[in-house]
Amino acid sequence: MTPAIDVVNVSKVYRRYAQKKQFATLKSAILSGTLLGDLKPEETFQALRGVSFQVPKGCTYGVIGRNGSGKSTLLKCVAGITRPTRGSVSVDGRISALIELGAGFHPEISGRENIFINGIMLGLTKRDIQRRFDEIVEFAEMQDFIDAPVKTYSSGMYMRLGFAVAVHVDPEVLLVDEVLAVGDQGFTHKCLDKFAEFRRRNKSILLVTHSLDLVEKFCDEAHWLDRGKTKGEGDPKRVVAAYVIDVEDTEENELAKAEAVRVAAAAKEVAGAKDAQITENPVTSESLVSGAGSSVPSAESGYKDGFKSDEGRWGTREIEITNVTLSGPSHEAGHVFQSGDPIEVRMEVSAREKITDFVFGLGLFNADNVCVYGTNTNLEEFQPTEIDGRAVVTFRIDKLDLVEGTYRLDLAAHKTDGYPYDYHRLLYTFRVKSKIRDVGIYRPDHAWTFEGGIKFSDQK
Amino acid sequence: MVTFRNLAALFRYRGLIQTLVVRDLKARYRGSVLGFFWSFFNPLLLLLIYSFVFTQVLVGAHDPDMEPYALFMFCGILPWTWFSSSVLESSNTLIAGGNLIKKVLFPAEVLPIVTVLANMVHFFFGLPVLVAFLIYYRRPVDPIELLWFPVIVVVQLIFTVGLALFLSALTVHFRDLKDLLGNLVQLWFFATPIIYPMQQAPEAMRQWLNLNPMTHIMISYQEVLFFPGPHGHWKWLLALGAGSVLVFLVGYFVFDRLRDSFAEEV
Repeated sequence: MTPAIDVVNVSKVYRRYAQKKQFATLKSAILSGTLLGDLKPEETFQALRGVSFQVPKGCTYGVIGRNGSGKSTLLKCVAGITRPTRGSVSVDGRISALIELGAGFHPEISGRENIFINGIMLGLTKRDIQRRFDEIVEFAEMQDFIDAPVKTYSSGMYMRLGFAVAVHVDPEVLLVDEVLAVGDQGFTHKCLDKFAEFRRRNKSILLVTHSLDLVEKFCDEAHWLDRGKTKGEGDPKRVVAAYVIDVEDTEENELAKAEAVRVAAAAKEVAGAKDAQITENPVTSESLVSGAGSSVPSAESGYKDGFKSDEGRWGTREIEITNVTLSGPSHEAGHVFQSGDPIEVRMEVSAREKITDFVFGLGLFNADNVCVYGTNTNLEEFQPTEIDGRAVVTFRIDKLDLVEGTYRLDLAAHKTDGYPYDYHRLLYTFRVKSKIRDVGIYRPDHAWTFEGGIKFSDQK
Repeated sequence: MVTFRNLAALFRYRGLIQTLVVRDLKARYRGSVLGFFWSFFNPLLLLLIYSFVFTQVLVGAHDPDMEPYALFMFCGILPWTWFSSSVLESSNTLIAGGNLIKKVLFPAEVLPIVTVLANMVHFFFGLPVLVAFLIYYRRPVDPIELLWFPVIVVVQLIFTVGLALFLSALTVHFRDLKDLLGNLVQLWFFATPIIYPMQQAPEAMRQWLNLNPMTHIMISYQEVLFFPGPHGHWKWLLALGAGSVLVFLVGYFVFDRLRDSFAEEV
């Protein structure tokens, strides 16, 4: 059986013109005699690099990938809107492309007339449309407005009508580009139902989306594009998992890079100000901590006034925090964790001489700079005896009960009266991922129970 | 030849072209009180303006046996309006229809063709006004000679479509063509015997005017509708017809060659 879509080794090169050339005019082209020369590209951008795949009939095929990975270009090549630079695309059967809903609508004329025009553009005859007209209007829920000019429609109505026409063209192959991201839930469900109906009728769907859920639940096969190249193909669960890991790795790298830059910048700052700071009267430093006996980070304490609320590093460095690592369940250093995982914050410290008055503290802030949690060894009544030379302080959370988001850490070594040895303000960042999209700043360990006449279908 | 295959496919789009022409016409006057009547009023008002200028302001600027002069001019202005609006609008049509070209699988050549055809329909709507004046002034129009009229229209149509295809494709790459064209069309208007008869042009100029394809189309209209006597210009017209087919093929060829760049450049 021939596949519904057969993409063989497709590459697409976009030409990019130099900034200056973009504004070149016919006149200047003629004057400088480079009319043909200007039509040649300055540089090229390769959107697709040798992508191949087949979509068998009746298969729902998902394409995932980051922004700019070439997904939409691929879809346009399959739709025939642009031609691949190399390679070939063949599609068996009528295509309907849901790339932009209602792209062909004319604002001045009525929905009714637009349905006919749009249908004809998509390859139907007048009679076909007449036959399906009521069905289209009903699907779009537009009975009351069908004779009003399209320009008076809300964007939701516009989209519904566009979608309704496109799916009622009765294509053999449906191309969908992220159109479900817009529209209310009811509409999204309706679209999904329509897709399910397509599958039942053995039609093929090529779906480009960022919704990994949708790919996992809906697609028979998935294709992962990365910078124009195929990076994975096959079982959706497996491909999506690989993609998610890759995305996390990238985030991880970005966070690590940013953190390294911040720590280095803070270290430099401190090195410059070090001498001055040591000779400073300790009382000054103490007053910075708003007189509190400890520097447990808390949003309403002295930070806002006394301390810089920006990231930074200060202190006398009598005790120095030399290295900080965050690690997850596998004990590998990282910056992206799953909610509920155990994590560890490991501080390597070193004391220049024997010191008997010291406290180690930690503050956890969310992206809004709200203190989620703060504690230190003094509050938890560890009595300092002495520290000398190198040591390691580890703070362990058995279950990271945080909602998804980005968090930043304060880490500090100071005296019980707040006099700072080494204060790292918001220098460490990590991200928490969660399958559950709950909100807030804290996720208490919880469970739901239901009794009586109440029923839920299975959790997804 | 891929070009010829595409050209053949054009025939399949006739339903689409027809629908879009109707849409264009409907949309144009939607919201105006007089609606379709503007198709009559516009040429009528134009006729009034030119009559005023040539009978009240520039008195004696024309040959006395050219009366009614306004009618003479109208025979040219009406088809010229079709031509000039088609050329000007078609240069912008691909850019204006960018959404279709980028987002829908859509045969781009349909757009300039629709523009020319929609303007042709407006031209047809203006014809009753012309006919009314011909009857009013009791012009001796030979019914046999009128058979040439559709021929002239077809020649003009082929020529205009060819030019529209060429210009619409080129404007995608050179946007300033749009502005240039406005002036060029104005110049072209005066370089065509529309508000003056060919005989009144200086001898030396005539050979240049003869190089202008629109000259022969306009003279043909004038001979059929205005001047008494047989249509003596038919050889020129048929030669131009052959030339127009060539213009159309060249225009289509250029369009077809640039086709793939539209979705990216629009």
